[in-house]
Amino acid sequence: MDTYLLQIFNGISVSSIFMLAALGLAITFGLMKIINMAHGEFIMIGAYAAYMVQNFFSQYLPASFFNFYFFAAIPASFLLAGVLGWILERLVIRHLYGRSLDSLLATWGVSLILQQLARSIFGAPNVDVKSPDWLNGAFLVHPGLQLPYKRLFIMLMVIACMVVIYYLMYRSNYGRKIRAVMQNRAMAASLGINTRRIDAYTFAFGSGLAGIAGCALTLLGSIGPTLGTNYIVDTFMVVVLGGVGSLWGTIAGGFLIGTGNTTLEFLTDATLGKVLVFTLVILFLQWRPKGLFTIHSRSLDE
Amino acid sequence: MKINFFSKMKKSATITMTALFVSSALLSGCGNSQVSQSSDTGTDSKDAIKVGILHSLSGTMAISEVSVKDAEMMAIDEINAKGGVLGKKIEPVTEDGASDPAVFAEKAKKLLQQDKVATIFGCWTSASRKAVLPVVESNNGLLWYPVQYEGMESSPNIFYTGAAPNQQIVPAVDWLLKNKGKKFFLIGSDYVFPRTANKIIKAELQAEGGQVVGEEYTPMGHTDYSTIINKIKEEKPDVVFNTLNGDSNVAFFKQLKDAGITEKDLITCSVSIAEEEVRGIGAENMAGQLVSWNYYQTTDTPENKDFVTNYKARYGQDRVTDDPIEAAYDAVYLWAAAVEKAGSTDVDKVKEAAKDLEFKAPEGTVKIEGENQHLWKKVRIGEVQPDGMIKEVWSTPDPIRPDPFLKTYDWAKGLAN
Repeated sequence: MDTYLLQIFNGISVSSIFMLAALGLAITFGLMKIINMAHGEFIMIGAYAAYMVQNFFSQYLPASFFNFYFFAAIPASFLLAGVLGWILERLVIRHLYGRSLDSLLATWGVSLILQQLARSIFGAPNVDVKSPDWLNGAFLVHPGLQLPYKRLFIMLMVIACMVVIYYLMYRSNYGRKIRAVMQNRAMAASLGINTRRIDAYTFAFGSGLAGIAGCALTLLGSIGPTLGTNYIVDTFMVVVLGGVGSLWGTIAGGFLIGTGNTTLEFLTDATLGKVLVFTLVILFLQWRPKGLFTIHSRSLDE
Repeated sequence: MKINFFSKMKKSATITMTALFVSSALLSGCGNSQVSQSSDTGTDSKDAIKVGILHSLSGTMAISEVSVKDAEMMAIDEINAKGGVLGKKIEPVTEDGASDPAVFAEKAKKLLQQDKVATIFGCWTSASRKAVLPVVESNNGLLWYPVQYEGMESSPNIFYTGAAPNQQIVPAVDWLLKNKGKKFFLIGSDYVFPRTANKIIKAELQAEGGQVVGEEYTPMGHTDYSTIINKIKEEKPDVVFNTLNGDSNVAFFKQLKDAGITEKDLITCSVSIAEEEVRGIGAENMAGQLVSWNYYQTTDTPENKDFVTNYKARYGQDRVTDDPIEAAYDAVYLWAAAVEKAGSTDVDKVKEAAKDLEFKAPEGTVKIEGENQHLWKKVRIGEVQPDGMIKEVWSTPDPIRPDPFLKTYDWAKGLAN
């Protein structure tokens, strides 16, 4: 019984990780239609930002502060990834709107450059980020059923990110401008919206979200130059399955792929589980090519 | 042994190549001083002997291979400082295998045919070695391969300075059976090394009264082990034998600890985690767990004290040495000694001279076994310490004869094919 309960928890936890990793892509790929192969590298940048914040805390601040470094690491990851995303948009992406194949090639090149850059700065071996003490251990439902605090914390982070995105996209003036530009660029521009600026900010925001995902991933996995490559296929799959352009779709896609992965892995093994998930997703897309949440109208969301 | 290339890279070979060109061009522009540029002349100059260094300096495997390359460069500089070989300086020609077996084969061909190197030191993954093997055989070149691997191979043109299975996996299983319990759970990355290693382990367990209660493989780069940890919890094994590779180890050990499983509840024994990897996993996540190798940074020999001091002085106090780093360092010295003995860099003469050649290595004296060109090595089981170092808990009294095909084990009949 415990095994199955734990398996359900694992499924939700893996879903939350997929969602967090895919939220940024839902914006850069989903809304802006850029096939951003460097998305994984922004996750990696976020992870290294957390590493730097950790080192700063352990070297320059009293030891009692160390446990709170993670609260500084989250905004630092967001800002660093966001600023680099903004630079990338200004230098490369803005020349490539509407040319998805070119953007795929260019961002793939950028991803290799960023990986090698990380290798030059931080060295080739993986680095270690120590989790704060209060995240170690597990919530004991009863012996045999332990829910790791880290995974619970990541679920909270996903919920917080979603709330922020929801308010930003659907309840703020800025979100209205973004959606206007993405839906009809010429019309938005003629109404006085600075579309270039909106593009840059939106891309930076999406990249920043990837940075937050990277920060969260330091709790669970490795921090190395190729960290992002492990997530890039899954995150694209989540966005495509959910329906390109729909934030709700990304959430649903992340949930389906996450729980599907863990359930099938439990019943078969990790390799076959992944194969089955991908096969099911491909079959599903044959039936509904636009994903779970299809957008019929000219409006992109809801 | 380790392999780490992406299948998705294969699909878009042209994209990969283009992007690689762009990034490598950019990097060489950045002045990466340790990568010496190969010259165009392609002939041996009067006072230098060219040798090839062929490792992944970019891509996923760079994590492991860069420090191995560093060890080889250090050995070359040390030998040069003492006057070189045959009165000539050794001149390294470095090439980047880019974590792609096809690139390894291409660069090996370039090193042998264009640069006319006397030997190549290189490779890490079994896939890259298997790709370079036909190239060195058809060009009658030499490759010194520094990493433990799955065995079942003995090329006349390759010297293997890492462990054969009977110098790492087999004695580890034997020791675990005697000291930790009979029920084994096997977990590995899904490619040739773990699958071959587990075939050997299963045959050995069956012959010696052990039991396999689970066997799981995960794709390279797998990052979520919650489900497998759940399966392990259910099976309650005495030992988890771990042949996971690369980043996956970090995820596995971090998540194992979070699930509330410590080395007191469940002992793991890993064969692909050395000091370098422990740093990335975090010593706090795997203190008390076991590993099996032939060398640790803490190995107590006078040669090792110098080796560790020099390596740290050269590359930084925060760097660590480990088994493949040491094996790569030995390879350069063994080749140089064979060349001195042969009085020539001619491959056939060097191979002849290398037979039974001994070297006082940091791990203790190693000897080249003429029959299969592997090394006699001591086997050491170690325990990861909270400071990231590995403490030897058991070792064979003497170096073990290499037996890549496990011919001396009855239960291994039928494995080598």
